[in-house]
Amino acid sequence: MLIITCPWCGARPETEFRYGGEAHIARPADPSALTDQEWADFLYNRTNPKGLHAERWRHIHGCGRYFNALRDTVSDFLVTTYKAGEPRPENSRPDVEGSGR
Amino acid sequence: MQKFSGFELFRRALGGHKSWQPQWRNPEPKAEYDVVIVGAGGHGLACAYYLAKEHGITNVAVIERGWLGGGNTGRNTTIVRSNYLFDESAALYEHAVKLWEGLSQDLNYNVMYSARGVLMLAHNHHDEISFKRHVHANRLNGVDNEWLNAEQVKEFCPPLNIKSMRYPIIGGALQRRGGTARHDAVAWGFARAADSRGVDIIQNCEVKGIRRGPDGAVEGVETSRGFIRAKKVGVSAAGHTSVVMAMAGLRMPLESYPLQALVSEPVKPAFPTVVMSNTIHAYISQSDKGEMVIGAGTDAYTSYSQRGALHIAAHTLDAICELVPQFRRLRMLRNWGGIVDVTPDRSPIIAKTPVPGLYVNCGWGTGGFKATPGSGHVFAHTIARDAPHAINAPFTLERFRDGFLIDEAAAAAVAH
Repeated sequence: MLIITCPWCGARPETEFRYGGEAHIARPADPSALTDQEWADFLYNRTNPKGLHAERWRHIHGCGRYFNALRDTVSDFLVTTYKAGEPRPENSRPDVEGSGR
Repeated sequence: MQKFSGFELFRRALGGHKSWQPQWRNPEPKAEYDVVIVGAGGHGLACAYYLAKEHGITNVAVIERGWLGGGNTGRNTTIVRSNYLFDESAALYEHAVKLWEGLSQDLNYNVMYSARGVLMLAHNHHDEISFKRHVHANRLNGVDNEWLNAEQVKEFCPPLNIKSMRYPIIGGALQRRGGTARHDAVAWGFARAADSRGVDIIQNCEVKGIRRGPDGAVEGVETSRGFIRAKKVGVSAAGHTSVVMAMAGLRMPLESYPLQALVSEPVKPAFPTVVMSNTIHAYISQSDKGEMVIGAGTDAYTSYSQRGALHIAAHTLDAICELVPQFRRLRMLRNWGGIVDVTPDRSPIIAKTPVPGLYVNCGWGTGGFKATPGSGHVFAHTIARDAPHAINAPFTLERFRDGFLIDEAAAAAVAH
């Protein structure tokens, strides 16, 4: 089980949270201007990286708020969490990425 | 290839079993092949076998980062069934079940396909009407499936507890032709049969890149054992599909999740069928070794770690202990995780890609084992003819762009 640090509530067990998928996928400002392929990219295509992944979590059994996390998908190590709306931070733990591969 | 038979077994026993040969070669990669398949799991090996058998394309390499059958083929819970709701899915999975029925003879390898039935339990009114709808839809598609009431469920699978539980069993949908097969034997059988037709299976050979020519078409794959030229490359890499396809510059509608399974200590035959419960989230069958093979849904978050959280496995065991109280005394022997590639509509992609010469077979999510022979068969057709088989024609990459989703996510009514 992951220990996830909610930016508002602090470190809590994973069971308090719900996973929200890849972060920083902004809804297009003018959907009707998009081609079908661009709309499919927004809806369905994902980076799914083997390594650092910026992702959304929601603290459903806590403050209820969405926030973002940077996690290594190879080791499941959570590098950092940050508030929604903030830019993706630099990897503060470059030693972490790819560990346990 | 040395043919396996009772007579051969007897004859070689007289020689102390010293004359058996390896079941497949371990060749060095050649500089060029007609087709390169990435991933020597069940699906990739089946594809290579059918390319050689049905399409006469024998200059084929199956390249594998680890060892053959060491990924999800060796990590699944070996369930075979075809009771899917939608016409497209029913056709695809039923195609596979029909191949399963004759596979041991076709491969001259005992894949231990055992049609012991797959029973999906209903615990509430919604389950009941949903499963009855499945039964009718399946029968219209020529797929066997029948509704059992609670007493019939108990009669078919006596170890089940149908009454004294939080969500009592009120009935179930039974596909009698469903069942299990031996997962390793499937990989080994396809490997041996493909190898005997000239396919090179190259293990410990990791794909590092996909080389494309000036016209964008595939020229071959860069591997840890050098460049291998091929005009056609089929990717059958399961949980790592996004990683491999990114080498060709493609973003896929896939996310990779850990899916856990666990087995108990082996016991004498105690469980006659495969039982699945979506509502309380577990499924169970007994392997021929005697272990209870148990699984459920994926973990919550994407990962390539091949392990999941304990609370997911514990939740599954809670359900098993409710369903079969006598198993509360079983000890669990092993648990593990496999990385499954999940599409937004929970249906696979078996198709050409926007890159000429690059084909993909992926997105099987939590239920790819059951489709192994059928998937390999239609993927081989797609690669050989550069056009899909009628059965996999709906399972394109473009369905997400064009809005023709095959939405088994909501329809399967089970964590398949």
